[in-house]
Amino acid sequence: MRVILALAVLILGSTGGEIAITHGMKATGEPARLRPLALLQFLRRAARNGWFWVGLPLMALSFYSLLVLLSWEPISLVIPASALSYVVGTLGAKYILGEQVSGARWAGVVLVCVGVALVAAG
Amino acid sequence: MASERRLRIKTLVMVLAMVVCANAGDLMLKRGMSHIGAVQLTASGLAQAFRLTAASGTIWIAIFFLTGFMLSYITVLSWADYSYVMPAGAFGYALLTLLAVLFLHESVSPRRWVGVVLICAGVLLVGQTKPRTTTVAGEAVA
Repeated sequence: MRVILALAVLILGSTGGEIAITHGMKATGEPARLRPLALLQFLRRAARNGWFWVGLPLMALSFYSLLVLLSWEPISLVIPASALSYVVGTLGAKYILGEQVSGARWAGVVLVCVGVALVAAG
Repeated sequence: MASERRLRIKTLVMVLAMVVCANAGDLMLKRGMSHIGAVQLTASGLAQAFRLTAASGTIWIAIFFLTGFMLSYITVLSWADYSYVMPAGAFGYALLTLLAVLFLHESVSPRRWVGVVLICAGVLLVGQTKPRTTTVAGEAVA
């Protein structure tokens, strides 16, 4: 039970956090150039976006949940189970972020999800 | 279209940076947490785990790589779809398996090879879709 609970925190925390950060980054806009100074300005702009600060604690929570899970269970169980987040994340991208998820993209996501589960299971 | 091609290349280069940093970071994290041992889910257990992780050099190296991952990740998300970047990043699992075979001469189970093939096929499929399907700030006027 505690493993399932930690897993739910891991998956919902990471996808929720990433969706909030994606939303914030789209509002921030891309860096003018991929040079240190431009990247620093870009980071400063990103840090001023509220969504960034919604996403970060969610991802930190998910990260801590991962640390705890890895101390209980082998990595070959933790990562396959967390592969579900590919599907959860794509649903979020479509319904929350309004991205167009074509049939080809869905097929790719499902293949990746099953593939990651198989690879990590060993 | 030239700009579409440029967007795709830029996105894939950034995804590669993400994958390298994430793999190095996760590896160090697993090594560090294995040294620390099982975490007890009590107030004192969590506090002790926090102290031990903060004092571990391996965990700090992991955090360095994971910061690099985070930087490349938020940068690529400023122009590309989440539903493009996230599955494309799974290429890392396939890469890790290939590296383990080539350099560590590990034996890999048939099940794991099937997984690698599925990931590669999935990433190829996702990679062919448009990297961006939403508008980005500043794009409307550009």
